Amino acid sequence: MITDVIDHLAGITPGSPLDQLRDRRPGAREHAQRSFDALFSPDSEGEVTLVERDAVAAFVTGLHRDGRVAAFYAYRLAALAPGLLTAVETEIKEGRTTGPYGIYPADGPLAAESDEGLRYRVSDPDALGARLTAAFEHAHLLVFRPREASRQALDALSLAGWTTTGIVTLSQLVAFLSFQVRVVTGLRLLNQKGSAA
Amino acid sequence: MTGFTQEQLGWEPWLAPLAEDELTDVHHEALIDKGRAASPYFRLLARDPEILHARTLTDNDIFYNADGGLPRAERELAATATSRHNGCVFCASVHARFASHYSKHPGDVQRLLDEGVAAPQAGRWRAVIDASVALAATPEQLGPEHVANLRANGLDELAILDTIHAAAFFNWANRLMLSLGEPTEKATK
Repeated sequence: MITDVIDHLAGITPGSPLDQLRDRRPGAREHAQRSFDALFSPDSEGEVTLVERDAVAAFVTGLHRDGRVAAFYAYRLAALAPGLLTAVETEIKEGRTTGPYGIYPADGPLAAESDEGLRYRVSDPDALGARLTAAFEHAHLLVFRPREASRQALDALSLAGWTTTGIVTLSQLVAFLSFQVRVVTGLRLLNQKGSAA
Repeated sequence: MTGFTQEQLGWEPWLAPLAEDELTDVHHEALIDKGRAASPYFRLLARDPEILHARTLTDNDIFYNADGGLPRAERELAATATSRHNGCVFCASVHARFASHYSKHPGDVQRLLDEGVAAPQAGRWRAVIDASVALAATPEQLGPEHVANLRANGLDELAILDTIHAAAFFNWANRLMLSLGEPTEKATK
């Protein structure tokens, strides 16, 4: 039983210097885990099914190309909806790029900082279905070009059947994973040889 | 659209927040701070109170836990640099004001906003900004050299953990805020 997902993914063992260091920020530690629990085993599914949550998580973490984190979420998806795994892996391959990038409004003060990149569209919408297709395209937007998020992007979600509350949960899910994978990356670096005890 | 600024901005949701009179005890508990009931951003997030509650308490410990580690000014600097790099004008405005207030170096903060994350900064600020920017990349580009540079600039292990937490947290905050609405020139509560 994994009691702390970040410890598990970063390879932190009980009683180790990193374990003790994380305890100096007990609220961050406890509530990062509670955030995971709220998103992946909520009191009620609400407007986003558990399969959708795990599928989006497998996609988002696959885009971040951290083998251990991606495998963790792929395994969860495989346990819950094995039929979706191949489709999600295909989309991860199609969606991989490096960010953040994106364009700013051409008539605005940041136009000179616009930086074009992949504008991902799901390659096999039939395999994912309409709701997950829209969710993956929105997740890719938030992962790589968050500056381009727009009212129109939310309209695309609602056309695919996402409710207002469902969109809030989906946004939290993608945003939380963006946090979690980065904390894991940082903790692993602190765990490397040469760090002080 | 406004550029990066330390001025007070408003924020307008693209989706309907809960109305203040729709908030139940569960929502109020999730908001943690009573004043947040006035904010359309937090009333929109209150639609999923379970994750809002956990998110808010994560946020509070990362930025407000004053038991050693990175000074508040530099936690806010990491938040500002991350927001500047990801393109969250609203988030950057709030945390640039905090960074200026706590550091008493508003000019250095303004240069970060005006010229971007590569603008010249002194050693310790340089190290915090570079680590934050590297961590904001997807896939992340944070490496041992960034950690070594933070150590060389006097950060202990807890201060480095705070840098990682603050920068990582704004990859959450930026995406949430950018996903759900936009900044306006007129300040809202």
